[in-house]
Amino acid sequence: MSRRVLMEGSCAMAEAAIQAGCRFYAGYPITPSTEILEYMAVRMPQVGGVCMNAESEIEAIGMVWGAAGCGVRAMIASTGQGISLMQESFAELANAQIPIVAVNMCRGQGDYFQATRGGGHGDYRFVVLAPSSAQEAVDLCQQAFHLADKWRNPVLIMGDFLLAHTSELVEFHTTEEAPLPPKTWATTGARGRRGITLSPLGPSEKLSTDLAKALGQVTEKHPAIRAAEVRVDCGQVDDAELVVVAFGFPGRFVKYAVKLAREQGLRVGYVRPISLWPFPSQAIADAAGRAKAIAVFELNAGQMIEDVQLAVLGRVPVQAIGGISQDHSGFGVGPALTVENILARIRDVYPRAAA
Amino acid sequence: MRATVTIDVETCKGCALCVPVCPPAVLVMSEPVNGKGYRYPILLEGCTGCELCAKVCPDFCFEVYREPPGPRAHA
Amino acid sequence: MNQPLAPSPDMRKVFDKPELLLRTEHSLCPGCGEPIALRIMLELIQELGLRERTICVAGIGCYTAFPMIMDLDVLQALHGRAPSVATGAKRVRPDAFVFTMQGDGDMVSEGLQEVIHSAARGEQFTAVVLNNGVFGETGGHATATTVIGQHTKTTPGGRSRELHGNPIQISELIAQLDGTAYVARAAVHTPAAIKLTRQYLLDAFRCQLEGKGFSFVEILTMCPTDWFVPPDQGPGWLEEKFKQIYPLGVIKG
Repeated sequence: MSRRVLMEGSCAMAEAAIQAGCRFYAGYPITPSTEILEYMAVRMPQVGGVCMNAESEIEAIGMVWGAAGCGVRAMIASTGQGISLMQESFAELANAQIPIVAVNMCRGQGDYFQATRGGGHGDYRFVVLAPSSAQEAVDLCQQAFHLADKWRNPVLIMGDFLLAHTSELVEFHTTEEAPLPPKTWATTGARGRRGITLSPLGPSEKLSTDLAKALGQVTEKHPAIRAAEVRVDCGQVDDAELVVVAFGFPGRFVKYAVKLAREQGLRVGYVRPISLWPFPSQAIADAAGRAKAIAVFELNAGQMIEDVQLAVLGRVPVQAIGGISQDHSGFGVGPALTVENILARIRDVYPRAAA
Repeated sequence: MRATVTIDVETCKGCALCVPVCPPAVLVMSEPVNGKGYRYPILLEGCTGCELCAKVCPDFCFEVYREPPGPRAHA
Repeated sequence: MNQPLAPSPDMRKVFDKPELLLRTEHSLCPGCGEPIALRIMLELIQELGLRERTICVAGIGCYTAFPMIMDLDVLQALHGRAPSVATGAKRVRPDAFVFTMQGDGDMVSEGLQEVIHSAARGEQFTAVVLNNGVFGETGGHATATTVIGQHTKTTPGGRSRELHGNPIQISELIAQLDGTAYVARAAVHTPAAIKLTRQYLLDAFRCQLEGKGFSFVEILTMCPTDWFVPPDQGPGWLEEKFKQIYPLGVIKG
């Protein structure tokens, strides 16, 4: 039986992970992800799991690698700078097909490129999910462990300063997911079988050196993941002259600004990507087919806008109405993230002929 | 003959680490080379089965055989 | 095979390749000491009955060619990163027997932070470093354990204190940390040293099995290729130039 509790976003995500069976967490204190580490330090021992405060982000992701490689659900959280440190391991975890769940609690910036293009080397992709509320973060966090195991691919959840530190009512559902195959690829000791190697550098069978085949198996999954794991929230796009695209907590502000714009007689709709990879290109293309213009609101110098432009393929103009966070500390989302500002920007770019 | 070794000469890489460790000095490097182009050790008479050649070999080329200890017929 | 002195029917085979070695062919150089260390590790794991519990965490170096010929579960880590991976593995599988197999470049250069913190925390795995004073896999470049005067491609003319700084004695460094229960240094250049390697590895493995804390064995190995000597002179170079800086023996425990 589930009940609603008031929890800070970070803590809610950590609890969601525990309830999804996560039994290993490693992290390094770094604002605004630190509360997840603090929560896990108390909660993990309660469920017989392990929480490590590592000596750096690089060792933290290494520890997660070790735990996940042995078949245990494992998680790490950081912010953009820490995620940067982890990139070598991120790329190679994907190559080794080791499932992990990572969380980027972004500071003022929406680090879309880092998440979806991968700051690491090679052709890997993480499944990237962007919640816009604490409840959605709880749901996506639980799904993330299932997705990671299902695809043998890491999953990244994009949070931000607001998600981390806003307390909301959340409910932890027991999710009904399709059963997963046993983790026969994990290193658990060679009981009753030949030893296996779990490696980003080559195949798991002994005496084989077919690296090309092993790496091919990594990218061969991508079309299937693209087909199966798109998540998107669209609203009022059918008759919209202008469609606004935004992800994460900014997406929630955009939804409300769109509601106000409608009340003011403007035909505005929104597309809120929930999966950033795979990107909901079709939903955006469909919206572009009916609208006269697309606006993209993100707290950076223009990153997701490139995927929007790719989806639109020049059918309608695409404009940026966001920008780099102007928060002086570098941690917060800054003055751009208000409904008033977004509404003003919507009015600025609303197609004149239709006004 | 109380002991002997077999030598996988095709796996040998000619490092010759086995030659100086052999106490009765019954290993000598060949003149011909194997399929990889390396000289390999040849066993002369007098092996005592001490296993030192096998222990220093980086390429696992040696197997060592010994008669079990016990009463032996003397000539 | 060598036919004229073939084994007689009375003879028993007393020495064979390790059971856990899947193939004798490997790509390491003539006269390399690393396979000798591998042989000893595989023999010990078999004798102690640890095969089905073992998770070896391998670093990146010439020895990265070994996992595919070892009949053990091997978790391949990145360069320098085996200790953190081993930490995660042993923490979630405390009944597993976990040991790292790393080189000096991997452990003492790239991954120095990892092994120091693992030792300080007293992680219950065994770290093994194969020290030949060079980055072998990249073709012979200086590491943190390259000795003064040693010529490598990044210390042309020989490592100098002024230009390249001083080598790190990793065993002595690790022994200073409270979480470390056993530290020893051995070598594989002579039969006597090989015996020491076997004894110290056995003691380190037992330390883990008895839950006493972090155990550490440094094994000096020959690298004639990157020491620029013929293979049969590797042991001599190790004895005269390398072992002087890295004395053998039990340092702690």
